[in-house]
Amino acid sequence: MNGLWDWDAAWAVLPELLLAFVQVTLIVTVLSTAIAAVLGLFIAILRMSVPKPIAAVITFIGDFIRMTPIVVQLLFAYWTFLTIEPLTIGIVVFGIHYSTYMAEVYRAGIDSVPTGQWEATTALSMSKRRAWTAVIVPQALRATVPALGNYAISMFKDTPFLLTIGVVEMVRAGLTFGGNNFRYMEAITLAGVIFLLASYPTSLLISRLEKRLAYNY
Amino acid sequence: MESNFEALAEAWPRILDGLWITLQLTLGGALLAMVIAVVLGLGSRLHNIVLRGLCRAIMEFFRGTSLVVQLFFFFFVLPQLGLALPAMVCGILGLGLNYGAYAAEVVRGSINSVPTGQWEATTALSMSKSQQMIRVIFPQAWALMIPSLTNYLIHMLKGTAIVSFITLADLTYHTEQLREQTDTFFAYGVSLVIYFVIAYILTLIMNALEVRAKHRLGRGESLREALTPKTPETAAAEGGRKA
Repeated sequence: MNGLWDWDAAWAVLPELLLAFVQVTLIVTVLSTAIAAVLGLFIAILRMSVPKPIAAVITFIGDFIRMTPIVVQLLFAYWTFLTIEPLTIGIVVFGIHYSTYMAEVYRAGIDSVPTGQWEATTALSMSKRRAWTAVIVPQALRATVPALGNYAISMFKDTPFLLTIGVVEMVRAGLTFGGNNFRYMEAITLAGVIFLLASYPTSLLISRLEKRLAYNY
Repeated sequence: MESNFEALAEAWPRILDGLWITLQLTLGGALLAMVIAVVLGLGSRLHNIVLRGLCRAIMEFFRGTSLVVQLFFFFFVLPQLGLALPAMVCGILGLGLNYGAYAAEVVRGSINSVPTGQWEATTALSMSKSQQMIRVIFPQAWALMIPSLTNYLIHMLKGTAIVSFITLADLTYHTEQLREQTDTFFAYGVSLVIYFVIAYILTLIMNALEVRAKHRLGRGESLREALTPKTPETAAAEGGRKA
């Protein structure tokens, strides 16, 4: 038990880590990314369609959420909604926090749509709604796909923050195992390896996607 | 509500202690991250494939394995290997290595986007390699990298909120204490506002650094000029100069 690396401990902790990985880490990443993607787009469009003072308020709230720690936001929501399951709180808080980043990405994407496209929708006397959904958003979204992917990875690596509100995600599972067996080496190292194995190939894929989308324009 | 403020006044010295821990972690982490970023960023541009590969591998490793895992590795695993570091050192190491690896990519990218003509000019002036980098290339890259570094600095500030798990009594820890004496909305409201104000001040400082860096390259006004309120006369003079 005193060696540097104990394979028995490693094999004992691995199933627990993988279970937490699938049941919490992946679920949170996927659902929160979905929330962030949709809510972020909603915020970006809302900000461009309301009068300036209201838009300024929305921008300020977005900045406030983006510039304060997600850990504090998680704890805040946890203590405020004690009856709601921590995992659900985690998914929603991660989704809202990252939606403020996504809103910026969408804004840049929408700004990059040439003015001629807007003029064309006017020339075709499209309604505002149809101009957004049929012309502007599809073109704006294209450039934002890689950024969404990068934020999904960054969210994935932030999921251990969930342990502050008692969600047993991968790192929490590892810590519990480490505490019970007086060996943290294998559990923490394996958790890191799983993060690396999942995030590195994904980030390579995203940077390839980014290059392809850039060329096709 | 009044009792909330009384409790806040009573807890204020402890909150300031917590804030000091948070600031030490943020600034210590930022300094370490900057050193690591420059070393790895320059290292990943070397011709020597072994050294370059090593730098890239270190970057990808620290970027890919999650901040919390690294903090816990330094705090829980290193003692088992006979190296028990103080919690503050673990915190600064974890933050510095993680964000240093991210910032290294920014340093590398910014140096690469300094125009080739600048490199050629340093050769034409027969500058040494170190002169090239210190006097010509890096100052220009520095102005380019500041906005991205600002983002990572804010990320680092936000990342410090986890350190109560490695026994450090930071701002978040004392927020929790305050919550027990007041209520959730009040305590976390205060805490979020403090974090926001620090983040805002850090952003202002970084923006000032950017103005200064650009001015030293002969672009844009100096920091003093930027901070002086414009009277109608000076504004008119400036308009005249531009025309």
